[in-house]
Amino acid sequence: MTVVMDRVDETRSTPPAPRPFWTTRRRDRLTGYLFITPALLGSIAFVFAPLVLVVWYSLHEWNVLADTFDFAGAENYRKLAEDPNVPAVLRATALFSVGLVVLNLALALLLAVLLNQKLRGTTFFRVLFFSPVVVSLLAWTIVWGFLLQDNGGVNGLLGLFGIDGPNWLRSGGTAMAAVVIVQVFKNVGLNMVLFLAALQGVPQELYEAARTDGAGPWTIFRRITLPLISPTILLTSIITVVGSLQVFAQISVLTQGGPGTSTTVLVYYLYQQAFQFHAFGYGATLSVLLFLIVLALTVLQWQMRKRWVFHEQ
Amino acid sequence: MRKIAATALLCTLTAGLAACGGGQAEADGPITLRMTTWSANPAHVQLFDSIAAEYKQSHPDVTVTFEALPLENYTTTVTTQIAGGNAPDMAWILESAAPDFVSSGALAPLDDAVEEAADLAPSATALWKQDGKLMAYPFSTSPFGVFVNTDLLKQAGQSLPAGNGWTWDNVVKVAGATAAKTGKQGVVVRDFDYKDWTYLATVFQGWGARAWSEDGKTCGFDQKPMVDAMTFLHQGIFTGKAFPAPGVAADFFAGESAMTIAQISRASLLKDAKFGWDLVPLPAGPAGDYSVIGQGGLGVLRKSENAAAASEFVKFFTSPANSAKLAQFFPPPRTSQLTAETLGKANPLLKPEQLQDVVVDGIANGVVKPSHTGSAEITQAVRAALDPLWKPGADVPGVLRGVCTAISPLLAK
Repeated sequence: MTVVMDRVDETRSTPPAPRPFWTTRRRDRLTGYLFITPALLGSIAFVFAPLVLVVWYSLHEWNVLADTFDFAGAENYRKLAEDPNVPAVLRATALFSVGLVVLNLALALLLAVLLNQKLRGTTFFRVLFFSPVVVSLLAWTIVWGFLLQDNGGVNGLLGLFGIDGPNWLRSGGTAMAAVVIVQVFKNVGLNMVLFLAALQGVPQELYEAARTDGAGPWTIFRRITLPLISPTILLTSIITVVGSLQVFAQISVLTQGGPGTSTTVLVYYLYQQAFQFHAFGYGATLSVLLFLIVLALTVLQWQMRKRWVFHEQ
Repeated sequence: MRKIAATALLCTLTAGLAACGGGQAEADGPITLRMTTWSANPAHVQLFDSIAAEYKQSHPDVTVTFEALPLENYTTTVTTQIAGGNAPDMAWILESAAPDFVSSGALAPLDDAVEEAADLAPSATALWKQDGKLMAYPFSTSPFGVFVNTDLLKQAGQSLPAGNGWTWDNVVKVAGATAAKTGKQGVVVRDFDYKDWTYLATVFQGWGARAWSEDGKTCGFDQKPMVDAMTFLHQGIFTGKAFPAPGVAADFFAGESAMTIAQISRASLLKDAKFGWDLVPLPAGPAGDYSVIGQGGLGVLRKSENAAAASEFVKFFTSPANSAKLAQFFPPPRTSQLTAETLGKANPLLKPEQLQDVVVDGIANGVVKPSHTGSAEITQAVRAALDPLWKPGADVPGVLRGVCTAISPLLAK
């Protein structure tokens, strides 16, 4: 520092010397970058790089056993367009997603409204409905697999009432419904808690004002509660839609995509192609398709929010 | 390019933990060899460990570990390990996956790694050869037999048909009657569970039916023998109630069924059985006597960094002396050891005539369970197309024609 000062003194007539490189601004910037580096590296390694690699793989014919990795251009995408299984797979995926989203959100909202009442025992029921969320997914699914067997607990219970229950996981009509319901019970608690939090955030004076104006319970729910919790409905619907498209363990444990291909959803199909049939290139192509579907649905929901989400209007 | 990308990614992930200049041990330093298996049975693991320990005495630098993977996803898991650059040095291979592994070049030839190779039964090695070279050693050639819970039969007032009476027709009668009387199940085709239909070969082979032709090109499901066999099976399930219905779980070894079709290696599960049992060959079908074998191969992965050392260990593991030890669980491919006498020493649970009838004769005349190149995809297509069969009133010939429609393009590949 002294040296610089001396030089300034000596050359008073010349323009001021360049400022030191490490200005406060630069220091702050560096600190900022250093802070985000770990997260950034993590994102690059675990999110962006795999994303790029999947697209790269989808352009190749990759046979792991033969150790071949040949550029195939759009071949896998042509195969995708011509694959006779894809329409059935997309239908099963749509059926699962729609079933799950509708049932999950409706049930979660219903439970949240019921458990938002000031009654004895609501805490117990909140814990009861939330507890499956913290149970291991596999354990939950395996237990349900036993319960849903033809001679399992569910049909045993139905038998007590003289009802001859169907073979839940083995018949085309009920297998998908069974998988959806198992998943709804697993995760409804999470959405219920989010809805509960939203319900408790609705200002009481709005309800009082509505009642003063003579509004009935249904009108209050429709005109006040629903609009005010609509941001939470948006959040839960995005989470649930994305989650429903990624369902795997439940299918793998309960039905392995059967009977026939009635529960072969997209993720399970891409798992079969890549890991069971050794067609990693085509599996990667299917995951690109899945990525695009998830992206499109999320963008769509985000765009449509202005129409119905309260704070976005 | 993929390797570069994968290495770059791996380096990113492991930066700070290990250098990226190739972390494998030098060939002349201490090395660890890993063998993937599908058996976590403590008795099996103990035997493998003792063989590895013995090997270490002469090869102090080599440690061998055994990684037991679940059977249901075995091939998938091994394939994933290979894809992830973490290939095992040695792997057991299921017979269903044999054509894929053998023909793909994933395995290193074993011709120099098998002692007294001339002793190997040709029927045992057929599936594991490529251009005359042995690509995997069939360490287990295990015939299917029928385990019978004699107590349950007695309880139902039934007796086990013997001699010429040991036919599928009688099996269904006895099993159906036992199930009806005791409330337990009749005959369980173990591991079939209405998913892995390849185990049904233990039934349809009795009608002379084949899933596909010898050359693997023509579908056999719509042929008369298969239609007859599947019609019989369908009636046995839904009319005779001799087989457990879809979705009904029953474990013979826990005393839940009268009979089960399983490989003889399962006999070890009967060590502490609380019921009387017998082991008999598969019953005769309309096409006469037959037997079906399941195989397990042991191969060295070409991708292994220590393939040479792994081959050396395989040579030791499969030597006549160790083969005799392994014979107590896995019927060996060595003809000199395939006698009721030798097998009897290792299988105290089984009587000499059981070993002769089921194992020795079974291996000599047996047909290996269905396998094909791309078998996972074909097996899956058959499973999906067969599903409509597993309900009362199904149109058996129609469903089987559907199976052929589904798999013919795959067989032609």
